[in-house]
Amino acid sequence: MILKGGRRIALLDLVTDRDVAIARRRVGDAMAKRGCRELMQTRFVTAVSEIARNAIVHGGGGRLAIYEFPGNRKIGIECIDEGPGIADVEQAMTDGFSTRDSLGRGLGGAKRLSHEFEIETHGETGTIVRMTGLQNTR
Amino acid sequence: MPETNLKTVLDILKDDETGVLTDWIEQADEDGAKRSDLFSEREERDQAASLLRAFRSGVRDGYRDGDFDLEDDYWADLRGILAEITYERVERGVLPSEMASFVLSLKVTMFERLKERLKEEPDRLVNEILLVTKAIDAFAIYTTEVFIREREQVIERQRDEMLELSTPVVELWDKVLTLPLIGTLDSLRAQEVMENLLEAIVAKQAEVVIVDITGVKTVDTQVAQHLLRTAAAVRLMGAQCIVSGISPKIAQTMVQLGVDVGEVKTRSSIRNALTDALTAVGVAILPIERLDRVTAK
Repeated sequence: MILKGGRRIALLDLVTDRDVAIARRRVGDAMAKRGCRELMQTRFVTAVSEIARNAIVHGGGGRLAIYEFPGNRKIGIECIDEGPGIADVEQAMTDGFSTRDSLGRGLGGAKRLSHEFEIETHGETGTIVRMTGLQNTR
Repeated sequence: MPETNLKTVLDILKDDETGVLTDWIEQADEDGAKRSDLFSEREERDQAASLLRAFRSGVRDGYRDGDFDLEDDYWADLRGILAEITYERVERGVLPSEMASFVLSLKVTMFERLKERLKEEPDRLVNEILLVTKAIDAFAIYTTEVFIREREQVIERQRDEMLELSTPVVELWDKVLTLPLIGTLDSLRAQEVMENLLEAIVAKQAEVVIVDITGVKTVDTQVAQHLLRTAAAVRLMGAQCIVSGISPKIAQTMVQLGVDVGEVKTRSSIRNALTDALTAVGVAILPIERLDRVTAK
């Protein structure tokens, strides 16, 4: 579990488009407060945006928790939805694959933009995505 | 029909309506809940009187067996009047706490009278005081709920207004339009943006459109897709589309996301985009001295 040793600092509901914007802002604020470089912020916030929107569009809504880590070297999120799960994770991670009429870059992009990435999906019980982003590489 | 548990309260309200009303308003004044700067004596009294009347009919019909629920039909009148008065007060700038203490002031008035009438029956006294307290507390909470609902509606309305405001299409020059995007580009807004823009292209006979995303903080795949679609629609209308204001950090992020902008023309700043656009419509911006020289020739 990549979030081991982390402490949860926020829990947000994901229901509408607006909640994605709120999640972005909360994660961005949390990183900025801990002295994160802007580029790292933009990258991780974009990844969070993808994952949170997936939970709403494909998972029918869910929840997103934000985690901080000792020394503030990284920041983490866990996004849980109760949707139908992902049938083929490998295929879903492939660029260009989309079950909707979208670009199909979301999951793969989020993985590339994050530091660590973990996905669990269990048929009927939904999908859990965990990600961490580096706070500072200066 | 069972007798109401609040017989004494009902009697008080029946026998001494004017007295209760006067005392209540006085008490409210003492509690600092009266706003004579916002309401005339007369209005204040009318409001309080209609509340008391509704309270009375609620007690008469809705207060049996000690169970009390403001959501019951018996209290529909009272709820309506409470909501009405609360709306009126919000409009004039009364604070939620003032409205609540105005309602709560009624307690003291009722307690004093109950104490007087039930001197000999302490058990009943306690019982009726408990029930009256429960009811009046519920009224006060209800006014606060009405307040919150009203505020939420205001926020919702402002959000809708902002949605419209934030997608202005600006004519920079003949045949050159710009669309400065700010904030979040969710699907709803993206649709609005596209509609406004395409209509403006027809109205202004535009040849070049600059979509500036300097004010957009995050470009994820959804935003990127909206941008690409907007650009494609603009092209279909026979105009050229330039996306400007792509900062270095957004550029890097988009590359890692794997977003391919394809044939969409992009510029880092709106300044560069403007130069391109003006060139495309055959116009140049020159320093005045150089312009003089050109015209002298």
